[in-house]
Amino acid sequence: MINLKNRSLVSITDYSKEDILKVLDIAEDFEKDQRQKILTNHVIASLFFEPSTRTRLSFESAVQYLGGSIIGFASAGTSSVKKGESLKDTILTVSNYSDLIVMRNPLDGSARLASEVAPVPIINAGDGANQHPTQCLLDLYSIRKTQGTLENIHIALVGDLKYGRTVHSLVQALSLFNATFHLVSPESLKLPSGVKKWIKDAGLEYFQYTEFSDVISFADIIYMTRIQGERFPDPIEYEKVKNSYILENSMLEKSKETMRVLHPLPRVNEISEDVDENPRAYYFQQAKNGVYVRQALIAAILGLKK
Amino acid sequence: MKNKRTELKVSAIRSGTVIDHIPAENTFRVFAMLNLENSTDHVYFGTNLESSKLGKKGIIKISNIFFKPEEISKIALVAPHATLIEIKDYEIVKKEQVLLPDEIQKIVKCVNPKCVTNNQNVPTHFKVIYDHHGKMKLACRYCEKTMSIDDIEFV
Repeated sequence: MINLKNRSLVSITDYSKEDILKVLDIAEDFEKDQRQKILTNHVIASLFFEPSTRTRLSFESAVQYLGGSIIGFASAGTSSVKKGESLKDTILTVSNYSDLIVMRNPLDGSARLASEVAPVPIINAGDGANQHPTQCLLDLYSIRKTQGTLENIHIALVGDLKYGRTVHSLVQALSLFNATFHLVSPESLKLPSGVKKWIKDAGLEYFQYTEFSDVISFADIIYMTRIQGERFPDPIEYEKVKNSYILENSMLEKSKETMRVLHPLPRVNEISEDVDENPRAYYFQQAKNGVYVRQALIAAILGLKK
Repeated sequence: MKNKRTELKVSAIRSGTVIDHIPAENTFRVFAMLNLENSTDHVYFGTNLESSKLGKKGIIKISNIFFKPEEISKIALVAPHATLIEIKDYEIVKKEQVLLPDEIQKIVKCVNPKCVTNNQNVPTHFKVIYDHHGKMKLACRYCEKTMSIDDIEFV
């Protein structure tokens, strides 16, 4: 029996395969009929201790579509954190004013702490470099929607695989669905061994590449990420690799017609703009799917959808 | 016979605790972890002693002190095969191998400076895990980072 009611979502590993599929099914229902006013008389707190565009606005949009009310702040500067209040005290206080708390905080592990002290459920909207489970769920939703299934996908993960938290969560989640991983990154930004262990423990395969090479021709999904110059200890090394991981429209000629390009956004230059017109470009729709997925999570955690 | 000779290298104690089978390279670490440099009781130690189990081992004998379970779990982190022997009136009253619990709370700092436990007033909490080489690691309950035993710092 899958029951997500009153369960905080801190890390994607808090959810079983069945939990994930449940959320995606509910999200599908919201895609068909987005304006289901089932959240009237509910108050959602949105606590963003650091700035965010997509995540915060899509959560707020999700609450509004559901007919709920939202309270909160969009930066730590406008909250009592500035006066030195502890996270625990802020969470306990806001719990008095709301039915569920959505939180982004720059400290790694802050969401787990919040979930331990709060009497209301917490949805982690990003805790530092650690987890961002709602991004992972919307990625999974986008993969299932475009491929018709989450099982047996060949996914190419491209760019910064070392620090990209969305990549780590996605690997953990797709390890539940028999995926094959094609890891394309510069030598210094390879997927950490702890994350590779997830793949191995699931009995699955991964292949590592330092060049884009032929993965484009057989991948079902190309998941692009941004490579940040400041991640490189040696600026010369960065200059050498920075243009090796740019996806251009001409490169997609030999790709499968059903292949889709995903990106957690914001992009800088790693997907050239001429790709936007290609039907394989899916990143803006992916961001839109984030609203359905967040509607589904809020509804499921508050017990309003089963 | 061999064991007996090793024993004689460090004086016997009347009452207290003997920690045997410490990896030689961690003898002084255990010494510091238990805050023995500030002890006012008799403390004897030896290191680089021959050991059939470890090659080179360390041994520490502390008069009149018996350890609490959380202090023992500290020792287990750097000396997982250590033996703890309690002595009263020159008699061994208890002899056991130190046991590493599945979870370590409060005593170790998280290596990640951005971890919430290093920035808010919250006790640390780690799971003891083993990597694919069988090497022991600690996984932070909060930031989910894992750290190797060589990196640990005590609170």
